Amino acid sequence: MPTQVPWLIFLLPFIAFLFISLVLRPFLNKRPRLGGYVTIGAVGISCALSLWVLGAVISAPGHILLIDDIEWAVIGNLNIHIGVLVDALTAVMVVVVTFVSLMVQVYSQGYMKGDPGYLRYYAFMSLFTACMLGLVLANNILFMFIFWEGVGLGSYLLIGFWFHKASAANAAKKAFIVTRLGDFGFLAAILILYAQTGTFDTETLYKLVAAGTLAGTTLTWVAIGIFSGAAGKSAQFPLHVWLPDAMEGPTPVSALIHAATMVAAGVFLVARFYPLFEHSSEALATVAIIGAFTAIFAASMGLVMHDIKRVLAYSTISQLGYMMLGLGVGGVAIGIFHLFTHAFFKALLFLGSGSVNHGTGTFDMRLMGGLRKAMPWTYITFLIGSLSLAGIWPLAGFWSKDEILVAAFGNNPVLFGLAMVTVFMTAFYMFRAVFLTFHGEYRGGAQPEHAGHSDSHSQGPHESPGVMLIPLVILAVLAVCAGWINVTGFFSQLMGHGEAEGAGFLTGFFGVLAHPLPLISLIVAILGIFLAYAMYCARWVSAEKIGSAFKPVYIMLSRKYWLDELYENVIVKTILYNGIFKVMAMFDSSVIDGTVNGAARGTAAAGAALRKLQTGQTQLYAISIAIGAVAIAVCVYLFS
Amino acid sequence: MNLNLLSWIIFLPVIGLVVIALMPKQGERTVKWVALVAALAAFILSIAVFWMFDRSSASIGLMQFEEKIPWIPAINSYYHLGVDGLSLPLVILMTFLGVVSVLVSWKIQLKPKQYFMWILLLESSISGVFCSLDLILFFLFWELELIPMFFLISIWGSGRKEYAAYKYLIYTLVGSAFMLAGILCTYFITHTFDISALAGIQISSSFIPLSVLFFLLMVGFAIKLPVFPLHTWLPDAHTNAPTAASVILAGALLKMGGYGMIRVCVSMLPQVAVQYAPIMCTLAVIGIIYGAAVTIRQTDLKRLIAYSSVSHMGYVLLGIFALNQVSLVGASLQMFSHGVITGLLFAMVGLVYDKTHTRDINNLSGLARQMPVIAVVFSLAGLASLGLPGTAGFAAEFITFAGSFASVTIAGMKIFTLIAVIGVVITSGYILWMIQRVFYGYPLEKYNGVGDADNVEMVSTFSFVAVIMAVGIYPAMLSNVINMGIIPIAKLIGI
Repeated sequence: MPTQVPWLIFLLPFIAFLFISLVLRPFLNKRPRLGGYVTIGAVGISCALSLWVLGAVISAPGHILLIDDIEWAVIGNLNIHIGVLVDALTAVMVVVVTFVSLMVQVYSQGYMKGDPGYLRYYAFMSLFTACMLGLVLANNILFMFIFWEGVGLGSYLLIGFWFHKASAANAAKKAFIVTRLGDFGFLAAILILYAQTGTFDTETLYKLVAAGTLAGTTLTWVAIGIFSGAAGKSAQFPLHVWLPDAMEGPTPVSALIHAATMVAAGVFLVARFYPLFEHSSEALATVAIIGAFTAIFAASMGLVMHDIKRVLAYSTISQLGYMMLGLGVGGVAIGIFHLFTHAFFKALLFLGSGSVNHGTGTFDMRLMGGLRKAMPWTYITFLIGSLSLAGIWPLAGFWSKDEILVAAFGNNPVLFGLAMVTVFMTAFYMFRAVFLTFHGEYRGGAQPEHAGHSDSHSQGPHESPGVMLIPLVILAVLAVCAGWINVTGFFSQLMGHGEAEGAGFLTGFFGVLAHPLPLISLIVAILGIFLAYAMYCARWVSAEKIGSAFKPVYIMLSRKYWLDELYENVIVKTILYNGIFKVMAMFDSSVIDGTVNGAARGTAAAGAALRKLQTGQTQLYAISIAIGAVAIAVCVYLFS
Repeated sequence: MNLNLLSWIIFLPVIGLVVIALMPKQGERTVKWVALVAALAAFILSIAVFWMFDRSSASIGLMQFEEKIPWIPAINSYYHLGVDGLSLPLVILMTFLGVVSVLVSWKIQLKPKQYFMWILLLESSISGVFCSLDLILFFLFWELELIPMFFLISIWGSGRKEYAAYKYLIYTLVGSAFMLAGILCTYFITHTFDISALAGIQISSSFIPLSVLFFLLMVGFAIKLPVFPLHTWLPDAHTNAPTAASVILAGALLKMGGYGMIRVCVSMLPQVAVQYAPIMCTLAVIGIIYGAAVTIRQTDLKRLIAYSSVSHMGYVLLGIFALNQVSLVGASLQMFSHGVITGLLFAMVGLVYDKTHTRDINNLSGLARQMPVIAVVFSLAGLASLGLPGTAGFAAEFITFAGSFASVTIAGMKIFTLIAVIGVVITSGYILWMIQRVFYGYPLEKYNGVGDADNVEMVSTFSFVAVIMAVGIYPAMLSNVINMGIIPIAKLIGI
């Protein structure tokens, strides 16, 4: 494989971005569809190249390809290079990113049709995809940070895509600032690494850790710092608050950025620097605990949301927590395997919710119902995604979730317990969404989230066009099959985690149910689905009655534990903006500038006072001169 | 090969000024063209100097394009010019800003003849400061700059323009008085005004403690940069100055302070600089955090950006007094990048003000619909200001942080740096808040049909964007040159 290929994977979407914003937007604005084709073409080729790279990595010795890098800036001992690192982790990530991106871009052809910002949409999408690919390809932590911020920018621009809506503009700003709080730790970690080792290079860092040069408290702080950046991007507690709001962006954006790729970048980052975490038990424990807590914490809020996208958003946070838990208790292979399967079924679910919105004009599940008749394709694919997410055998989610549970069981009973409860919650909230959306009677619908196709659904809910359904079907196939890749341990072995098990595919495929743990988790998930069925489909139990019976809990969950209020009203508005910052601003204008003006006034006043001495009376001057002369004479007499 | 390029760079604007002065009164329309040609010629020459600049390792620490003519032989003062890696980027910055400040003034109505004369004189004097290698000449240019700026603010300004102009003048003159005393003391100790010679010699004095000398020189630079708590002239001057003056003020004029600190204080008295570095770094981080906190409270766009400069100049001060080779390069790069980024921000605020006649954030909303080009460029400038990778802002800030964090010259630099990094988070807060309030949300009806940037405005703003992105994507094109100027200074500090 030529070494230019990995570069091209990154450059193609970037060139698409430049082409759309510098050529199409200024000169061919009348033909916006071109922008979509350019993006799809670029991402499609990147996707094909990614598969090529994956093939090359699988056959390469040690599953790693070496590619030369380019000097970026050298000042004294600050030596920054830009280059590409292609190992199994990268190869899997580029495939996931380009593939999901391709699906989403195709889907957007239908979803964004007629939107006045069509070209801008595709330009931003290309920019985001390029940065995301740069992030997973970069061979040093500084360039990872550079693209890390780049994907943050893409997320900011796309969340705020409909910027005339105040809620979208607020959500965009919130996402950027909250993730930047996490990035403070990331940047600090990079600075510590530079000060301690003088290098940013990923593989050099691996070697330094292996050799024990980088160890102890320093290493722990570096790992915690990196994790803080990861927690911001991957929406881990307590920095998770931005992700539900980010649903203000167009739904394909949520599918690509806020489900499959960017939010998973935090998991990728921890996986990329796993050798550093491995040598610090404190850091690894932090990752596992935060992950497990986030998993159950977010899932609990997902139980009560009325907005289907918010349910999916909390589900994403929860699943990201799962991945972190998998990294913390298991290893790269386990965490990344869940990232891999999750990318497909969660992108599928988001795109499905977008299809529902396309048909009904709303995301509010209280206005939906009974859509399985009007939107059969959407229903089937959404159901497959939900089953996969709930962890039902033999769908993709089952396999990856099972590995995390097994690893947690062997690590810590409390973490395992949290993970198991989360399995139940996940199954429940997903099927609550399925039953509320697709079963029962249709409850109205509303205007769609943008004006593009406002005329098309006046006759009630309708199925989406083929260009949107094809990606759904493809993703649904993967939501079923993607997990099978590790039935024989192939994926783990690729990730450098253990050897392929000798057993054949079918033995593993069916044999897994002979083990108690997978069986228990499967039963727990089925129980969750059954409870959702009982409450929202068969209505044996009234959801409202349960809600009012546990009113305080219900309120706490639906108000999201009041964390938004704490952050926005208490910390930002009261303590900072109207507290410390206000005092500082007043101090600046009254004390500091007051002193300056005071000095000026004092000088003027002194001048005014001294001016009175200049009376113009010759006698007075003469007396002064005489007194002065005498005084000098006395001094001279006394001191000489 | 001696073409006296630096003299041409400094005096081409003066030639333009004389031509404008000699033009008949009815030729006011052509005045701006003369100014543009003069500024453009100076800019092209500075690019030529950059092009011909010898980057070989043999010329590290040497002044290039030197010109030396006896000027006042009685006190051993020379007309002595030259550039090295430290000053060259700043000369380019000034000549670049000279061109765009003529462009942003294209529609000036009030006394255009006089206006462009002052702009050209301003450019000439600031370029002179960066090229001077003789302390008297340096001081002369330093003081000369006050005159055009005073008139630009007091005649073409807005709001409390007289107050702002006088405040600027007197505040800066106070600093200059100390500086002159410092320069004279230096002369009486060493009997030379040669800046490059002073950088190598051991100074010892019986009649004045070196730390006093250090602070005499420092005060003037600290006011100019500005260093907390000597910064309050800046928001007033900026807010009330005309756009072009704000662009030059933020873009190039503040850098005279940082440049002077490195060129004079640190180079001449490195040991004293090491001694007082903890104090300066403390002031730097206070400036960064405090400046950002005050910025977030501002509702006047210009005042907001002015205060953000206080915060961003804190990074320069931190980089300088971390006294590490990397941090000094970072500080110098930060001066350049802040020059273009904040210059652009002021130019954009000027455009918004020209079209809407308000700078109050509370009166603006949803302008992205009515002026999309301005919105995009303004947002880009804002993102660069908050240090987004890919822009000059990130490159400069990261190099500064890396250098100061790793500095072992001063104790506690890690803590200082981490506090400074927090400033970046607050910066993203006020920048994004400002962009959201001005450009997002529902468009206001009263601004329907105000129009977007016209061709002249697009030329000036896009050229800013090109520089910001170029430096951000490949910072080595400047940092390699800057590094050549910093290496000898780092050696003096002993690192």
